[in-house]
Amino acid sequence: MSKHIIPITLFAMAVAGQAYADKDEYRESHGASMPVKNELYQKECGDCHIAYPAELLPARSWEHLMNKLDKHFGENAELSEDNRQALSRYLTENAGDRSRGSPGKLLKSLDRSQTPERITELPYFKKEHREIPARFYEQNPKMKSLSNCEVCHTRAAQGSFAEGEINIPGIGRWED
Amino acid sequence: MKRKSLLLVIALLATSGANAGVVDDLLRQYQAQASQPFDAERAKALWTAKHRDPETGKDISCSTCHTADLRKAGEHNTTGKPIEPMAPSINPQRLTDAAKIEKWFKRNCKGTFNRECTPQEKGDFLTYFRNQ
Ligand code: HEC
Ligand code: HEC
Ligand code: HEC
Repeated sequence: MSKHIIPITLFAMAVAGQAYADKDEYRESHGASMPVKNELYQKECGDCHIAYPAELLPARSWEHLMNKLDKHFGENAELSEDNRQALSRYLTENAGDRSRGSPGKLLKSLDRSQTPERITELPYFKKEHREIPARFYEQNPKMKSLSNCEVCHTRAAQGSFAEGEINIPGIGRWED
Repeated sequence: MKRKSLLLVIALLATSGANAGVVDDLLRQYQAQASQPFDAERAKALWTAKHRDPETGKDISCSTCHTADLRKAGEHNTTGKPIEPMAPSINPQRLTDAAKIEKWFKRNCKGTFNRECTPQEKGDFLTYFRNQ
């Protein structure tokens, strides 16, 4: 992977440059872009962390999370019943194993019998992030954990995780 | 995106002046269920009062995430996501939506004190926030 970083970065930057002219094409051609277009989702699930793109987990994981919002990673994230149902539907319909044209590679090598509660637990996620030494984020007061995607992926809140947009605080652009 | 922010501006213009109404309405509802007049000083003390979280064993208060100075930006204690200042004088989006206020009182009082806040406490808090 790492020896390809520079050409990939240049490619991503070139593509990102065109993005304004040709946004939809950019999104379709690039598996790392998953814009979150649902406003209710942004509003209800985007206050404590970014509204994680639905594509990042399988439908069974969203169902599981949405059924115990009062016990959500040590927090209370309860919603009104109407909103809970609407968002469960949105998340499962757009989940990584359901939505059309989603980057299937995110759920690659995930065992069908497993229901991960976290994106950061997915085998694919771990593989993509294993080159980042834990000291980069564990001691960084701005970062707390890898769940805080937007600290490094500068456009995570827009659903974009392209490599050319990565900037690790205190470390800089990710170019190896 | 552009269209969205334009709509937002229009929405804000249309509702400015009504913001005070949102807080006034809530205060009236709370007062009907409270025994004493609202007191910003009492809220200020409760805002920084520490409680032990039985699950993590750590002390937590409202100010853990929102900071003790309502005019400053805070940060979510576990995720690190920035939280805009609570003072409406600095952050005009604050306290403009009754459902949002109620939702967060419920979540954050349970998360901080392990119980819901009483109407008395909620009225004290709103009185404290709006004066900042
Ligand atoms: C009250 C705050 C709060 C709200 C509201 C909230 N969450 Fe969370 N969420 C958290 C915390 C805290 C974590 C754990 C973060 C960590 O470990 O750093 C988390 C983690 C997650 C994760 C796992 C992230 C990872 O590590 O891969 C997912 C998925 C998630 N939340 C989905 C949602 C959804 C969907 C909603 C809306 C229904 C929601 N959250 C609303 C606080 C919240
Ligand atoms: C500490 C900084 C950091 C954090 C926090 C972080 N990432 Fe990453 N991420 C990286 C780096 C660096 C890479 C590139 C790894 C490589 O290819 O060498 C990457 C790669 C990726 C990729 C692959 C991109 C591509 O072009 O294929 C995805 C998808 C991704 N991250 C999603 C996430 C999500 C979702 C979160 C939050 C749950 C997150 N990341 C949190 C640093 C981070
Ligand atoms: C674990 C972190 C955390 C703690 C502790 C916390 N809050 Fe919050 N609070 C948040 C987040 C996140 C939001 C939603 C994001 C935002 O509005 O900026 C919020 C929003 C609010 C709002 C909504 C304001 C509005 O504009 O409508 C009120 C009211 C509030 N909190 C009161 C409290 C009170 C009272 C306490 C103590 C009992 C408290 N919070 C403790 C994280 C926290």
